Amino acid sequence: MSIIDALRAARQSRDYRGLGEAMPYIDALGITVTESPQGMLLTLAASSIHVGNPFTQALHGGFIGAFLETAAIVQLILEQDSDSLPKPINITVDYLRGGRVADTRAAARVTKLGRRVANVHASCWQDDPERPIATLSGHFLMS
Amino acid sequence: MTDYTFLDALREQLARPENQSPHNRFLGIEVVHLEHARAVLRVPYAARLAGNATNGVLHGGVITTVIDSAGGWSVIAALGRRINIATLDLRIDYLKPATPGMAVTAAAHCYKVTRNVCFVRALAYHADRDDPIANCAASFMIKDTTLVQEEATQA
Repeated sequence: MSIIDALRAARQSRDYRGLGEAMPYIDALGITVTESPQGMLLTLAASSIHVGNPFTQALHGGFIGAFLETAAIVQLILEQDSDSLPKPINITVDYLRGGRVADTRAAARVTKLGRRVANVHASCWQDDPERPIATLSGHFLMS
Repeated sequence: MTDYTFLDALREQLARPENQSPHNRFLGIEVVHLEHARAVLRVPYAARLAGNATNGVLHGGVITTVIDSAGGWSVIAALGRRINIATLDLRIDYLKPATPGMAVTAAAHCYKVTRNVCFVRALAYHADRDDPIANCAASFMIKDTTLVQEEATQA
């Protein structure tokens, strides 16, 4: 299946399990994508493979950034009827709390969808969406 | 303990994959160079880590992860002690797509250490630092200063 077919099929069926065909990273990292009334919801089951500090068992900060970036891209896929994937121009990640080995979720909100550039904010949490462990703001090139 | 012997021990330790963090092991990240306040790490190419199946370009998050790791080790190398740190924030500019099939190197420099926060600049590139894939500015929090003193007295 081509990336175009994978994106179209996911949008039409509202079943995003096939997104990994377009973005292999999603499947490799074990990220599950579902749609919620607020937008796309990314879920990562608790796994020790995402630990960045073996002494504190904290999740890897770079990986949390990667998870947030994925949430932003997936939200843009939902909102824009495009046959190509948005490309990150830049991202800023703020780390608010340490991440534990626990189920982790992320969601994103498109602040501005321009013709060429989109601005997106994403948030990542474990127990309480009101207590995010990290947030991202980023610009993405829509081609 | 001088920086030299600390860095020597750290280099030996990190040369063994089992001493890498689980996530870095998962991505196959290795430490290729450590010196005072500087760290160079490399992540091999893997098609399963692509962000786009059509062109096979690595997901930006893989670049973020290797840069964050390089930043963290540059901070440890600057502090001269293996203490508990955490990324406070990072900003990454993606300058060009990584070439599929090629490993990505991240070189980080911890250019300022303060009591609580350490500041880092980093670049990601294939072979030529003057043709970077990504540029990064980051800061790291020193999480536990008492741990610093405990380790210092042990050493």
